[in-house]
Parts: sequence; structure tokens; C-alpha cells
Amino acid sequence: MAKITYVEHDGTEHTVEVKNGTSVMEGAIKNNVPGIDADCGGACACATCHVYVDAAWDGKTGAKSAMEESMLDFAENVEANSRLSCQIKVTEELDGLVVRLPESQH
Amino acid sequence: MADLAARVVIVGAGHAGGSAAAFLRQYGHTGPIALVGDEPLVPYQRPPLSKAWLKGEADAASLALKPQSWYPDNGCSLHLGLSVVGLDRAARTVSLSDGQTLGYDILILATGARARTLPLPGADLSGVMALRTAADAETLKAALGPGKRLAVVGGGYVGLEAAASARALGAEAVIIEREERVLARVACPLLSDFFTGYHRARGVTFELSAGVEGFEGQDGLVTGVRLADGRTLACDAALVGVGAIPNDEIAKAAGLDCQGGILVDAEARTSDPAIFAIGDVTQRPLPLYDRTVRLESVPNALEQAKQAASAITGRPGPAPEVPWFWSDQYDLKLQIAGMPFDADTILVRGDPAAAKFAVFHLKGDQIQAVEAVNAPPEFMMGKTLIGSRKAISRERLADPSVSMKEVAA
Repeated sequence: MAKITYVEHDGTEHTVEVKNGTSVMEGAIKNNVPGIDADCGGACACATCHVYVDAAWDGKTGAKSAMEESMLDFAENVEANSRLSCQIKVTEELDGLVVRLPESQH
Repeated sequence: MADLAARVVIVGAGHAGGSAAAFLRQYGHTGPIALVGDEPLVPYQRPPLSKAWLKGEADAASLALKPQSWYPDNGCSLHLGLSVVGLDRAARTVSLSDGQTLGYDILILATGARARTLPLPGADLSGVMALRTAADAETLKAALGPGKRLAVVGGGYVGLEAAASARALGAEAVIIEREERVLARVACPLLSDFFTGYHRARGVTFELSAGVEGFEGQDGLVTGVRLADGRTLACDAALVGVGAIPNDEIAKAAGLDCQGGILVDAEARTSDPAIFAIGDVTQRPLPLYDRTVRLESVPNALEQAKQAASAITGRPGPAPEVPWFWSDQYDLKLQIAGMPFDADTILVRGDPAAAKFAVFHLKGDQIQAVEAVNAPPEFMMGKTLIGSRKAISRERLADPSVSMKEVAA
């Protein structure tokens, strides 16, 4: 289990426990955190689970695959710390992770 | 005025129904929500059933949209394993198959679609199956494995995905299609040929322009598919994937306007202002193409769940979306955006032989639809351009050395 904090665009925080081996996106969906749509359910096909990873966690969330890079390249409001949360696997090491959500996923 | 305390009953506990309950709570609805579903499971994702689930890479917990406990914790009563047998619009009640009656202020019909069946001899044999529910997928999974042989009747996405999964599990697979090409109703010939070739190279065999006369069996179990030309193809399981039929009977019986599905407006409202309908069962407006369509997709289910939840809670509706679809087969990711209505030209960008290309459907200088194989930039930018209706240069679009960002500039 890892405690993950999702910060909505308006600043509302949601801190939830997420099971190891699942994704940061699944943690949001299963706990009904608003702002992550995940149209494709984690197939890396839609870029509607876009998050910004807090700088402190840079390097711990794994590398982006070519597919993720490619999808993110065309998403809205992309920053250097943008990730598709369906591609971040949760481990003990991510306990305390903070991710921020964009204004819109579409 | 929105009544946030209104009693909401949602009929259908699929992706659309489950998401509507979740969005209602996200949007501040406080009234009780009742979720009725004829499967024994809480809402789950269906797309992985023909892919990750068949290959044993997903379990029930990972498919569930929310854990079971989420529903009671969020004031959402579950009525699972039950169907709705009556809808009384005057009394605002639905009656369930166990005799219960639920009263509503707002009703959401999310009854989905069911697999079309073939009225053929032997169709009732054990091993002749559809792939729509988790129970179906479990049955199919049990029938696959090394040395087994799967016959797929219908060369649509479900059939192609199941064949790819069967091959991954070491089973043989044959696809039987009535038309002269697979994906005949949903994709262009170039894409059909590409997928046929890709599957053939991985050991799948095809029977195209082939009619099915019936299923043969022994001791109640299917043993083969009999074709119109007299041949019988041996199999251990026969998956029938020949489309789906909207479950709009309750709506029709209650006098709601239906036409190839339940007719709804841009807020997902039916002809009765107290009743919404969402997901596969609806015939919905698609202003981008100036027509109504019935879409079977998760993005459509989510968009309409948001529309209904927004209307119920008095929020502005979500921004209109370009319809999109995806399919995973082997190492191929197919992403489709838009629909090729009124297209006059087909333009290929990239190289099908390299399994990395996109097919654009153009109407004049506008992109109506794009079918992208392992080509996310073409899909993502194509989807944006379809939505914005921006005119593009055909020459530049056809030239892969011009990036999609430059094409759109």
C-alpha cells in the first residue's frame, strides 16, 4: 500500500491508500477522485489520465515508454513533469506521492 | 432547478451506469442512488475481457470500476442479479424481477446492448458462445489453451481480439466472415487487409465470404462449424461475434421515443424529462456530423454519464467529444477517432508494411476520421483536427516527413 495525494486543479486534495502493483490512475478511479477520466482503462490509448508529478518524486515513478511519450506529446497543457498516471505502477517506494491534476483531460 | 436530494435509480450496472453513479457523487448529488444490474457483479470494464482477461493478465478486482464497498459507503444501494420487468412513468416506479418496486425522481436507463445470436441449428450447444460479460469471458478462457481450436464467427473487433488472445494462449483460431473482408462494417478495406495479413502471419486462418449453416456437436458439446459450402471446420469452442442489439425493450414498452436505440438529446435526456438514457442503448446526437448514431464504446458511455450527471445536478455539460475507439491485437495498437461520414478521399500516411501508419478519411480538406495503427501522433492530432474542423493540406498530411504538429499548424 502507498498513500497517494491527488490535488485537483482547484487545490482540493484527496489522499487515498493505493494497492501495490496497481497504477496511480486506478487509485484515482477506484476512490472516485475527480479529474482523472481514464477513458481507455489503462491501455495508454487516450491520455485522459494526465497528471503532474511533484518534483520530489522525479526519478521514482519509472521511465516513460515510447508510447506514453508519444501520447503525451499531443495532450493539452503538457509540462516536463507530465505523466500518464495509468503508466505509473504503485510500489512501497511511492508512499507519500503527490500528483497534481490538469484543468481538463480533454 | 436541480434537486440534489432527488432519488436516482440507475438501470444497468455496466460502465455507463456505474460511471453515472460516480459522477453524480463527484458533482455533489446527495440523494439516494439505486443501481440495478442483471449481472451479479459491481460495474466493471468490458474492453479487457477479450484481451488482458482472456490472457490471464487481469482479475475481477482490477476490472471493477470501484470496489464493492464504495457503493454502500457512498449512499448507493446495489440491486445485482436482478432485471427490471416494468417501468411505470406515471407512478415513477420500476419493478424488479424479485418483485421489489423502486420509486424514482430521476431514472437513468443504462441497459446496454446484448450480443446478437444466430438462429442456426446447434446454436444452443455448449461451447457456442458470445463474448459480452465476465461470465462469457470465463467460459471462453476455459475453452482455450494449447491444442485447442477456436472458431470465431464474425470478423469484427471482438472476434479479432479473441483470435489474437487465443493464439497467445497457444490455441488455433479460425475466423469465419460472411463478407469478403473482416471489419467490413467498421473499417476501410486497407485496414481489413492489413489486419487479415497480420493475423495470418501469426497462424490465424480465415474463411471469407463464408456462410455458416450451423454448429455440429457431440454429447451436447460443439465440435464444429458447418459452412454453406458443405465443409465442417472442427473446433472446441465457437465464439459468435456478429454485433449487438440495444436493450431498449423497457423503454419502448413504456412509450419512450426509440429508433434503433433510445433517442436522447445532448444532455442524454429521453422524451420523458425525468428519464435519461446513456451508453450503448442510446441513439444520440452527434453535432459534429449533423446526425444521430448509436455508439458502442467506453468513451461514449463516459461522455453520456457526464452529460446526465451534469444535467441532474445543474452543472454545465461536458465539452463535446470526438467519438473514438481502440483495439489491441498482438503488438498492434489501433486507435480510431471520428467516423468516416461523407468522406470523399482516403489518404494513407506511413507504411502499412512497417505496421506503423494511419488512414485518414477526408471530406474536402477536413478530416472526418482517422484509423491509426501504432501511430499515436496521427491519432491524437487527427482527433483534435476532426473536432476543430480545421482545413489541412492533403499533400502535407500524406508526407510523413512533415510532422503532425506542422500539418496542424
